[in-house]
Amino acid sequence: MKLFEFMAKELFARNGIPIPQGRVVRVPSEAAAACQTIGSVVLKSQILSGGRGKAGGIKFADTPDEAATAAGEILGTELKGFTVDTLLVEQKLQIDQELYLAITIDKAAQCPVLIASAFGGMDIEDLAEDKLVKHNIDVGIGIMPYLTRELNRKLGLSGVLAQQAAEIFTNLYKVFREYDAELVEINPLVVSGEKLVAADGKVTIDDEAMFRVGELVPHTEERTDLEIKAAELGISYVQLEGDIAVMANGAGITMATLDILQHYGGHPANFMDAGGGAGIEATAKALEILLATQPKAILVNIFGGITRCDDVATAFAQVKQSRGIDVPLVIRLVGTNQAEGVRILQENGIDSFRTIKEAVEKVVQIANA
Amino acid sequence: MAIIIDGQTRVLVQGATGNQGSFHLKQMLAYGSNVVAGVSPGKGGQSVEAVPVFDTVFAAVEAQHPNASIIFIPARLAKEAAFEAMEAGIETVVIITEHIPVHDAMDIMHLAKARGTTIIGPNTFGIISPGLCKMGIMPNSIFLPGTTGVLARSGTLSYEIVFNLTAAGIGQSSVVGLGGDRVAGLSFVDILQRFEADEGTTQVVLVGEIGGNAEEEAAEYIKSMRKPVVAYLAGKSAPPGKRMGHAGAIIERGKGTFASKVTALNAAGAQVAALPWEVPNLLAQVSR
Repeated sequence: MKLFEFMAKELFARNGIPIPQGRVVRVPSEAAAACQTIGSVVLKSQILSGGRGKAGGIKFADTPDEAATAAGEILGTELKGFTVDTLLVEQKLQIDQELYLAITIDKAAQCPVLIASAFGGMDIEDLAEDKLVKHNIDVGIGIMPYLTRELNRKLGLSGVLAQQAAEIFTNLYKVFREYDAELVEINPLVVSGEKLVAADGKVTIDDEAMFRVGELVPHTEERTDLEIKAAELGISYVQLEGDIAVMANGAGITMATLDILQHYGGHPANFMDAGGGAGIEATAKALEILLATQPKAILVNIFGGITRCDDVATAFAQVKQSRGIDVPLVIRLVGTNQAEGVRILQENGIDSFRTIKEAVEKVVQIANA
Repeated sequence: MAIIIDGQTRVLVQGATGNQGSFHLKQMLAYGSNVVAGVSPGKGGQSVEAVPVFDTVFAAVEAQHPNASIIFIPARLAKEAAFEAMEAGIETVVIITEHIPVHDAMDIMHLAKARGTTIIGPNTFGIISPGLCKMGIMPNSIFLPGTTGVLARSGTLSYEIVFNLTAAGIGQSSVVGLGGDRVAGLSFVDILQRFEADEGTTQVVLVGEIGGNAEEEAAEYIKSMRKPVVAYLAGKSAPPGKRMGHAGAIIERGKGTFASKVTALNAAGAQVAALPWEVPNLLAQVSR
């Protein structure tokens, strides 16, 4: 889950990372009031996407009138697919240097990695490798003072700036660990006179850890209603553009099913991984989600491992008996308790296939008829 | 011959009395795995299919000497279960549990490195050495003993591949699931190295997917392998920026694309099958 910039900065401030003086506003008059208090300001659209500056989502103002006008120009507009309803109005900083600092997960090394650069401000992907400082963090050690000295040496920071940077490294790691973050990023980390200030902030929280950090962080949402409904059932669902609804069990087989469908000239309407071990009730609800999208046909590909074929078949039988299934349904069913599953489907007038090839050819023929 | 588990492996099931744990304990026994003990806190003294259940891993180790454990414990408690297995001296830990927080996974891998433990998963279907031992949730019927090593990120997709191999009479030495999470115990390269060294393996099938660069790293290693490798990759039709079920299956900022993986694997001499059922034919070609 991504946090808005103002939320990320609130976490930073709470954990000893300096941020610019600022205020969250939702109407132009509040922007004017903020400018009155702060002086020259920057107004930043709060959307869950980068590249706001280039898209016109960041403006500057020196007077309350200018702030109100600028706020009026941005609020309510569409930016990168999001409607802007909130602005962060912040003190305009004197910028002497822009640094980059982030902590994220190094998948290959199975541990956190701190990435820093003395050349911040731009997209980190555009920076040459030799301008980056990378250090894998041992979770048993964390960030000790010697590591902050080494990072400062590599970034060319000394004196009071190095002292502040050391605290920022340590505190940013604390935020990363305590809030179960996948990414914490300060870009740019600005040198403003004698001070280091986090001029921007990005925090992404691990969705799987919401059970323990959900109360500590504010909630944001960038999924569609159907995607939310599916997630509540423990199902991964991604909306796509086509007309054949797809359900499978397991992310890999679901991706492969979409690939095979496309290979044979079909157009998937969605990605739906009903999950390994989905029981009767969850499978029935998953089918109901697909039916609600009114596809031309539904393709189900179940290779039962932790999922039992008889559970899947029972779920389909229940849905057919209770609400009816008014869309052509093509099922491929093999694996754990296969014979029982096939029998239950047959008793309910639903044919099943043994190979995915046969099932895909059948469903494409129906959808393209 | 096989990698990681074989006929000598003594299996412990953590979460043995739960719904999934007890179901798969029975399936593993039915396959012929030597399941020697189960653990469920508070259920010590009970048994599942005549397998004794203990309150702690320490007690199970003392009485039954398991050397490998398979974990069916809910996500929020899985880290502790893995720690207990490692501290009790278990050498191989298979973590079936999905939705484990990534910080917990990093903590698990950190301890595993210190202890020298082999971790498979999390969010894996497990590992099977056909005819010898199964530690996982895969259907028993589809495997055939043989000399083809299979490694995969995804469970059901690897069943699909194995189903086609077996139908073509191509048996497997071991089939290993890395797991679909971002942080996993074994990488493709770790497992390829084991297959390359295993006398019972003559050729390898790699089942990958979009996202990350694990397949590209595998390709680097494949260049140095003597044994032929055939691959199948899922996610060709996936749009960029959308997470396709697995935490790692996402094309971000143009990286982790299907095309980049195919290019890397082809450059390493590994052929990539366009459809899952084409893998057996490609294997027949490379092994000639």
